[in-house]
Amino acid sequence: MSLTGLTRPWKDFSYGFLDASAKRELRRKMLKAVAVPGCQMPYASREVPIARGWGTGGLQVTCTLLNPGHTVKVIDQGADDSVNAASIRRFLTRVSGARSTWDTLEASLIQSRHRVPEEILREDQILILQVPNPEPLRPVEPNMSVARQMHADADYGRMWLQLYEQIVRSGRVMFGAAYPSLVHGRYVMTPSPIPRWDVPKLNMARHLTILSAGREKRLYAVPPYTRVEPLVFDDVPYKVEEHGHLTCYRSGLKGFFMNEIPQEDGGALHEVSDSHLGIKAIRQGDGEDVATGDTWYTNGEMGQ
Amino acid sequence: MTPILTVDTLTKTFRMHHLDQTLHAFEGLSFTLAPGEFLLLSGPNGVGKSTLLRTLYRSYRAQAGHIWYEAPEGRIDLASAADIDIALLRRREIGFVTQFLTARPRVAAEEIVAEPLRLAGTAHQEALTEARRWLAAFGVKEDLWRAYPTTFSGGEQQKVNLARALILPQRLLLLDEPTASLDKNARAALVARLAELKASGVAMIGVFHHPGDVAHLIDREIPLAPKEVAHVAE
Amino acid sequence: MTLALDAPRLVQTQPLMVLSGVSKRYGPVVALDDVSAEVYPGEVLGIVGESGSGKSTFLRMMNLEELPDAGTYTLDLPDTPGNLFELDRFARRMLCATRIGIVYQNPHQGLLMRNSSSGNVAERLLIAGERRFAVLREKAGDALAASEFPLDRMDAPPIELSGGMQQRVQLAKAIALEPAVLLLDEPTTGLDVSVQALVLDTLKRLQRDRRITMVIVSHDLGVIRTMADRVMVMRRGQVVEQGLSDQIFQDPQHAYTQQLVHAKL
Repeated sequence: MSLTGLTRPWKDFSYGFLDASAKRELRRKMLKAVAVPGCQMPYASREVPIARGWGTGGLQVTCTLLNPGHTVKVIDQGADDSVNAASIRRFLTRVSGARSTWDTLEASLIQSRHRVPEEILREDQILILQVPNPEPLRPVEPNMSVARQMHADADYGRMWLQLYEQIVRSGRVMFGAAYPSLVHGRYVMTPSPIPRWDVPKLNMARHLTILSAGREKRLYAVPPYTRVEPLVFDDVPYKVEEHGHLTCYRSGLKGFFMNEIPQEDGGALHEVSDSHLGIKAIRQGDGEDVATGDTWYTNGEMGQ
Repeated sequence: MTPILTVDTLTKTFRMHHLDQTLHAFEGLSFTLAPGEFLLLSGPNGVGKSTLLRTLYRSYRAQAGHIWYEAPEGRIDLASAADIDIALLRRREIGFVTQFLTARPRVAAEEIVAEPLRLAGTAHQEALTEARRWLAAFGVKEDLWRAYPTTFSGGEQQKVNLARALILPQRLLLLDEPTASLDKNARAALVARLAELKASGVAMIGVFHHPGDVAHLIDREIPLAPKEVAHVAE
Repeated sequence: MTLALDAPRLVQTQPLMVLSGVSKRYGPVVALDDVSAEVYPGEVLGIVGESGSGKSTFLRMMNLEELPDAGTYTLDLPDTPGNLFELDRFARRMLCATRIGIVYQNPHQGLLMRNSSSGNVAERLLIAGERRFAVLREKAGDALAASEFPLDRMDAPPIELSGGMQQRVQLAKAIALEPAVLLLDEPTTGLDVSVQALVLDTLKRLQRDRRITMVIVSHDLGVIRTMADRVMVMRRGQVVEQGLSDQIFQDPQHAYTQQLVHAKL
């Protein structure tokens, strides 16, 4: 009797790196998260071949949702071409057989760190945000058991107090990225460190957003057509970054979120943060037939 | 006339647990008081005159007997009534005038005097106007009205105290040596006010150091004797 | 001597607060043994007793911070039905935040020491749903002013303030929502005597101007005498005597009360 006689021949039984039971658990937690918008669901965060803190939460969700029919886009701070984005993209296509793209319009799954694309997402697209710290109450309540109780009671007085304190001390709200927002009028979530510019895009969006923190083992979701309201006082309006008037020095695009590139003379140039939007603009300028979708912002103003 | 107050075999003793002793103040005391009547309590020092006044006011608790009081709502026994009822009566119709000031720090004299009126529902300004009238009547100088009585001399404090106690026309007044330490003018003002109240039907019972001041007001006298059963006929 | 309360005959209003048959054990220790109390609108009830008498435990129960083993608690307020001890945690929290104010002996217990003083007051308003910054500022300022707190320091964190000022911030926080009842747990213990007098004076003033119903717990008879209309004397988890404030101090009946009153300097 030989060893091969005792073993079955190798056969693929799963794709997307994670084993079937891990994916099943994640699917269940995602369904729960969609059912209770903004509520953090704990999950058993698995090992994936990147380090904690580099997007393991997002990666696990993407791996679970991914199948060979998907087209995947990976964004790192708005760019498709950073080392981290390129590595994750390559990994995802190799373990799933899915196609990859840089174009927001073509993507069915978009895993992103710190940005929401400028082009309006559709109902058939899913945005997966990598989250370093999912707990908006952490700055005001270090005890996570108590924080969970506060979420259960919708006890957000301390969150509002934080806002009050910032205005008293600094004359304005100091939350930059990760602006705490109320989802569906019930749970306050941190929308991952996306800039204030991107938070209004999540409000009543057509697409599903899943936010996942691998190290903290929590995921939560904003289902399509769900209210996402940044916490603001009635008489102190919400302000996005003042990028509306800036022009991208490479693509000539204006009215989008920009990256600042300091110059030797002390000044600064700006380039559009959603890099592929910039690329498409340049190619259109070169006469290529490239499609650009509708954008959330036009001329630096959020459309409604 | 129906008496406003009917004291029925009232007994007051002080049980001093740490000495394992009981002091007898008075036993089986009975008398009545009609509206508009002025009763003088007399007797030597330590016989229990002040004790009786305080027992009627419920600062002291009687051991036995009844203090029937004819309240507008009906008859009530001050010896056993609920604390909250006693508090209501004190706010509304039973006054206690002593020589000791009940002033509080950092409250102006006129505010102290106006307080009973305010508690009774009078508007602040109106109450203050009335308070000033009484301060003036008792001879408190105008520049003291806004000052804090805790800093006043004993005589001036006493005037503020009297103005406060007598500003409301109460139904029953308990007077514990109100004339002590008063100057002549203030004493005259006090006696005038007492006469006015008596004429309006206020029943009064009191202890006076110099009963001569109020001699013309006194209807009856209750002599208290040491450790004897006192009984006063009508 | 019976401690059953005589039902009032003249006073027609319902008591605002009724606690009855409240008992609590901590293991073998009986903290409260069948304690009852009634508090009428606008009055000040004082609770005296030495450490371990159960007075503070009783006050914590009035604030629904702790639940008894037995007993009932009702507040005569609209939308506040039934036994409050049976409310769920959420309902208890909302009730405490909006209808009950408390000042603790230790400011650390009642305040966020590193937030601004005005923020500590504003938090109550935020919990009640106020979302206008200007209104928050104004109302927090009003409450601080009513507590005689200097407004030029309204944004200083309590940790930088003196003990007396910290108590004033606690008081402002407690009265910001105009609570039905104000609970005071040794509010002046640990303060200098002169500061203590000023804080008591502020409390008196508030009581006089706003007719706030108060329950004040203290081992300091002077404080109780200054503040309370009625007094409850507690010892070993039981009420040994209660009565009008002047009666308790001038003619204490129970041996323990006499000992307490005579021991006062």
